[in-house]
Amino acid sequence: MKKSKADPKGVLTGSHFMDGDYALAEGGLAAGCRYFGGYPITPSTETAERFSERIPYVGGVFIQMEDELASIASLIGAVWGGKKAMTVTSGPGFSLMMENIGLACMMETPLVIANVQRGGPSTGLPTLTGQQDMMQARWGSHGDYEIIALSPDSPQECFDLTIEAFNLSETYRVPVFVMTDECIGHMHEKVVIPPAEEIELVERKWYKGPKNKYLPYKNDTDGIPFMVKAGDGYRFHTTGLTRDERGYPLLNAECQATCVSHLIDKIKDNAEKIIHLEETDIDNAEILVMSYGITSRVSIKAVQEAKKAGIKVGTMQLKTVWPFPEKRVKELAGKVKAIVFPEINAGQVVLEAERVVADKCEVVSVPHYGGWVHDPKVILNAIKEAAK
Amino acid sequence: MTEIRFSGFGGQGIIRCALIAGKALSLYGNKFATMNQSFGPEARGSACSSQLIVSDDRVLYPYITVPEILVSMSQEAYDKYESDLKDYGFLIIDQDLVKSKPPRAKIKFYSVPATRFAEELGNRIIANLVMMGFFTAITKITTSEVMKKGIPGLVPDRFLELNLKAFDKGYEYGLETLKKGK
Repeated sequence: MKKSKADPKGVLTGSHFMDGDYALAEGGLAAGCRYFGGYPITPSTETAERFSERIPYVGGVFIQMEDELASIASLIGAVWGGKKAMTVTSGPGFSLMMENIGLACMMETPLVIANVQRGGPSTGLPTLTGQQDMMQARWGSHGDYEIIALSPDSPQECFDLTIEAFNLSETYRVPVFVMTDECIGHMHEKVVIPPAEEIELVERKWYKGPKNKYLPYKNDTDGIPFMVKAGDGYRFHTTGLTRDERGYPLLNAECQATCVSHLIDKIKDNAEKIIHLEETDIDNAEILVMSYGITSRVSIKAVQEAKKAGIKVGTMQLKTVWPFPEKRVKELAGKVKAIVFPEINAGQVVLEAERVVADKCEVVSVPHYGGWVHDPKVILNAIKEAAK
Repeated sequence: MTEIRFSGFGGQGIIRCALIAGKALSLYGNKFATMNQSFGPEARGSACSSQLIVSDDRVLYPYITVPEILVSMSQEAYDKYESDLKDYGFLIIDQDLVKSKPPRAKIKFYSVPATRFAEELGNRIIANLVMMGFFTAITKITTSEVMKKGIPGLVPDRFLELNLKAFDKGYEYGLETLKKGK
C-alpha cells in the first residue's frame, strides 16, 4: 500500500467553527476528492454546497446530477477516470443509490458516500435526526457483498473519518459509507484541520505493467487487484455481471463463487485492520454500553450518572460499524453481565450484537424512533435495570 | 456549563449571534462550544432560535434543556421561550421590540434598544451585533476582545467595521447599564 501526504491545495489547515456537513466536505477535499456528483437533499445539502464552492479552486469538478441514481453512476465513472470521488445524501436518496452501490461493489470501485441520516421511512423527517439507515448501508443492494461503514460523533470526526473512509476505500477497492446524522450534520463545533503534511493518504494501486497484460480483476499478493485510468491506453473491460480476471462476463457457479467470495473475504479477512473502536473503562465493567455516532456521546452522559450510582460501566464507540467488531464483542460478552445498546432506530445494529453474543450475556436494545436524540435518563434507566 | 438561547424572527441574524459566540468561545476563549439551530418550515420568518452550549468540558448532550441565558429580539420569540428560562437566569431583550412581563423568580433582567441603536448607526441589520455587545458585557461570558474575534468571516467583509462599531455600542451600553445597577 503506497502512502502519500495530502495535497495542501485541498487542506483548509487551521481551527474552524464548522458544522458536520461542511466538515464532511473538508475531509473529502483533504483526502484528495476531486469529483463530487450529487443531488442535494436535506439535511445533507450543506455538504454539496460546500463542495460546489470549494472544489473548483482545488482543481476538482462539482456536478449537480439529475438524481441520486445518476449521482452514484457519475462517481463510478469519475473513479475509473482516475479521480477520487464522493457524494452525500440522506435516506430517500440513499435508497435510490442502492442499485449502483451494488455496481460499485461488483466493479470494485473505491468511492465514499456520506449519509446524513434523518428519520424515515420514506420522506419521514427531513429536518430531524435518525440512525435508521444502518442496516440499509449493510444490506441495501441486492446480492452478497461487503462494504465498510464509519460513524462520526462530531463535526471533528466528520472530517477525520471522511479521510479514513477514503483511505479504506482505496486500500480495499470498496465503497465506504460515512453514516452521520442530522444532529451532527447541522451542529457547529470546533474542527481542527491539521497541516497537509500531517494527513496521510493511501494512494490508488496503479498498474504499471505492459499495456497488453493488464487484468483488472487479477488479485495482487495482498488480495486487491490493480487499477488503471481509463484513457491511459490500457484496454480493459468491467461490468456488473459476474466476471473473470479479465473483467469479461463468465456466467457460471464457479466464477460466481470466486468473484463473490472475493468481494466478501477482502473485507472479512481484514476486519481487524479495518475496525476502529474507542473503548473506556472496559476492564472491570459489569455493563458495556455500545453505541455509534451522536448516540455515543449522549450515552456518555448516562454512563457518568451510572458511575455515580456505583455501577461499573464501560463504553465502546463503534467508529466502524461495518464490518461489525465480532471478535471483540464476543470476547467481552464472556466478561460483562449485559450489553446496553442505544441507537436512534427501532434496534438495528443491536441485532448484530445479539447474534454475536449468542446468550453469553444479556443484550438490551434502547431504541428511539428518530426526530431527536435519546434522553440520557432513558439510557441510564436501561443501564440500572441491566445491572440489577 | 452554560446553555444559551438567542431568539427573534427570521432575518434578524439570530443564527449569526450563536455562530459568532460559538466561534469566539471555542476558537479563542478556551471553551468547548456546541451550536444548534432550529431547522424546517417552522424556523422561517416566524420565531427563530439558535442554541449554544458553552462548557469547560466536552459537550455531550447536544441540545439545550433549561437555558440560563435567553436573548429575545421579538415578541413572539419572547412569548415562546421565556417560560423555559432558568429561575435565576439572564433575560436580555430588545426593549423596543419586546414588551416583557415583570421578570419571574430571580431572573436577572436587562434590556437594550438594539434595533434603535443600529438604525442610529446607519442600518438596522446590525441590531444583532449591538445585542451581541450588550450580551457580552452583561453576561461576562468572555471578554469583548475574545467575542470580537468571532466576528470576521461571519459578516460581509465590507461591513466588518460597521459590525464592530455596533458591537462596541452595545458593549458600552451594557457596561453603563451594569454601572447604574439596573
